[in-house]
Amino acid sequence: MVISFQDWNLLGTREWAGWENYIKLWNDPDFWQVFRNTFVYLFLGTPISLVISFLIAYHLDKTRFMHGFIRMLYFLPFMTSAVAMAWVWRWFYQPVPTGLFNNFLAQFGIPQIEFLRSTTNALPSILAPAVWAGLGFQIIIFMAGLRAIPQSYYEAARIDGVSKTATLFEITIPLLKPTIVFLVVFSSIGFLRIFDQVFNMTTNDPGGPLNSTKPLVLAIYQSAFTDFDMGYAAAQTVVLFLILLLVSLFQLWLMKDR
Amino acid sequence: MATVDDIRASSETLVAARTIRAKGNWGQFIRWLILFLGGIAMVMPIVYMLSTSMKWPHEIYDVTLIPNEPHFENYAYVLEDGRFYGWFLNSLIIAIITTVSAVLFDSLIGYTLCKFRFPGRYIVFIAILSTLMIPTEMLVIPWYLMSQQFGWLDTYWGIMFPGLMTAFGTFLMKQFFETVPDDFIEAARIDGLNELQIWWTVAMPLVKPALAALAIFVFLGNWTAFIWPLIVTNSWEMYTLPVGLSTFADEADVQWELVMTGAAISTIPTLIVFLIFQRFIIRGVVMAGLKG
Repeated sequence: MVISFQDWNLLGTREWAGWENYIKLWNDPDFWQVFRNTFVYLFLGTPISLVISFLIAYHLDKTRFMHGFIRMLYFLPFMTSAVAMAWVWRWFYQPVPTGLFNNFLAQFGIPQIEFLRSTTNALPSILAPAVWAGLGFQIIIFMAGLRAIPQSYYEAARIDGVSKTATLFEITIPLLKPTIVFLVVFSSIGFLRIFDQVFNMTTNDPGGPLNSTKPLVLAIYQSAFTDFDMGYAAAQTVVLFLILLLVSLFQLWLMKDR
Repeated sequence: MATVDDIRASSETLVAARTIRAKGNWGQFIRWLILFLGGIAMVMPIVYMLSTSMKWPHEIYDVTLIPNEPHFENYAYVLEDGRFYGWFLNSLIIAIITTVSAVLFDSLIGYTLCKFRFPGRYIVFIAILSTLMIPTEMLVIPWYLMSQQFGWLDTYWGIMFPGLMTAFGTFLMKQFFETVPDDFIEAARIDGLNELQIWWTVAMPLVKPALAALAIFVFLGNWTAFIWPLIVTNSWEMYTLPVGLSTFADEADVQWELVMTGAAISTIPTLIVFLIFQRFIIRGVVMAGLKG
């Protein structure tokens, strides 16, 4: 049932290796690449998705006409399966005769973009569907947070002649803080554990090209189930655990600050 | 200031004010248009998936949205292959069993933790809470070794056992049972109901919306789960839909219309569920998000 600490046992059960796995990890250039990728997913994905979803939620909250329908459009991707959508996006990204994006570009005579085959573009290309699928959830939560702010604050601000921008930064965002903290942590954990999209969009060379898209979870998967090096995989899991622990402690600290 | 007065005005002037605002406000219209176009853009990948699944192979090179001659041959072809039936069934069975089990056990444990005072209660609660932040991905290795030892690899039970109870659900249900007044439970006790009856007939109906939200989350989570089924299954008969789709798409790499058909098959059920229970689901998401 509650197997929170089983990963410790693992290191010991097979054969006692001491710190060997960790030393190997420390000296493994691939691991540092993976480590870096994981944080790129985190620090790119979380802010981008939160800013976009806040902007949409903020404006959607003020729109009445077809409100429900538009909200549904934004929420729909949240109900899809990541695997299916990874393949759809992979198709979009294909080079010219097939891929949708490059076909569009070709129509306007813009040079082709190598989405999944370039080491620099592949990671953002994989991040895009992950952000896309999560937006709906974040928008809904943001809108609930916006609704919870008493209207009287806004009326008071209007009477005092506070400008719209000032109202946004002085009233709306500070009062939304609990919502923002929740979403930051929720989406951070989501991006730290990204796997489905990466695995499916790069099946021919998981995490490729040249490991440029490999997140920690995929590295764990490969060490454990491709190389069958359970100890090494467990050591990587411990690293992931520590990162998640830091994120959670960060949340607790932010909440206390409130 | 006119706007402030409007809010406090009688309903008549309110209606007038609304029409003025709707008529004159270009900014409002542009905001609506951008939001609307953004929403359309959001569903485009899904729409393209559906449209491509109804195209002939030579048409997939067109960017046109509507197929020249929509047809369901791809679905017939994919389903004729036979494997998708099995995967669909596997996913359905697993998602339904885990949903029923998680809803039942989570609410039972949540209720116990909420309404009974017993030694060690706090420790149990903290233990459950501490597993909240530990995602599936971290547990796959211990689960795998456990399944290997017990011979659960490549079985339904192996795929399902991690999902039969969820820490999140237990926590969520505990939060919601807090809203059930103790007086109700006392009254039921005096009326001679036993504890299980009280849970089932008194407490459970009062938290129905929470149960529904939890059920939706668990179902969606298990329907789309990928990494654990991928690890625990070896034979294609045991694959769930996402795992099956992944291997199928990898094989059919160049036949994109078939890949899209497979993707559509695994997406359409949840979309239908969503379209039917839309309001309900969005409310559930908000509730779970804010409480959890």
